[in-house]
Amino acid sequence: MSGGFSRPMAGHVPVLRLGDMLLVTLQGALHDSMADQLQQDLAETIVGSRIRGVVIDISGVEMIDSFLGRVLAEIAAQTELLAARTVVAGMRPAVAITLVELGLTLPGLRTALTTEAAMELLAQPIVPVRTGGVREESP
Amino acid sequence: MHTGAGVEARLPIRSDMDLVWVRQHVRQAAAKLGFSLVDQTKLVTAASELARNTLVHGGGGRMEASHVTTGGTDGLRLAFSDSGPGIPDLDRALSDGYTSGGGLGMGLGGARRLVHDFAVETAPGAGTTVRVTSWVSRPPRLRGDV
Repeated sequence: MSGGFSRPMAGHVPVLRLGDMLLVTLQGALHDSMADQLQQDLAETIVGSRIRGVVIDISGVEMIDSFLGRVLAEIAAQTELLAARTVVAGMRPAVAITLVELGLTLPGLRTALTTEAAMELLAQPIVPVRTGGVREESP
Repeated sequence: MHTGAGVEARLPIRSDMDLVWVRQHVRQAAAKLGFSLVDQTKLVTAASELARNTLVHGGGGRMEASHVTTGGTDGLRLAFSDSGPGIPDLDRALSDGYTSGGGLGMGLGGARRLVHDFAVETAPGAGTTVRVTSWVSRPPRLRGDV
């Protein structure tokens, strides 16, 4: 295809295991099918490897549309059901501004400014904060 | 001065791989025309929503990008067209939370909020074309700063 464009990643999103945590780093050009695959892979890894926490680093993600927003919200929700927690780390300011304008505030999502802060958050004892489904938390 | 070089394009939308190319093209074209980072991100996000609609609801189609100007201001116009089933109830499709494709129902209405101009041409059985335009916003010049 067109030269000059960075090549979209093919295949799976790499998932790094650190003790009982997983670190997922999303980069710029993400296909829908890869995001769907990641969602499935994470659920299986959490159960198979007794994972307690998942950090998704999105500092390299240039835009989140409603599809990727839905995938992130669903990963967070399914992680809770599997007795683990997800923190999304490093959202760019322009992405946050755009998400709000798009109408997608993702109330069920835990966020941190950096992966380090996300790891610290996950190291804390679990406080039961959730009372319902992802979309029922807004007032 | 900016030129339209590298902005004009016609890209197919037939797979989720094509969505990636559409986003990359819009990002580069917007950057070339001088859009701020936030405005680039808004336009790329709108393009992603509209291109996905073209793919999922329209059964595939294309995006055409063009450089437009008015009163010395540069803009980027994007047209997404398909020859799919069309949108039977446009008002409903534009309202938040309405979805027929398994998404969050933010696609069309959300995209409209992210751009300056937004127009839909559709009829049952006659396909859909969505045209959006965003303009490079230049901050007002400070008084005395000539």
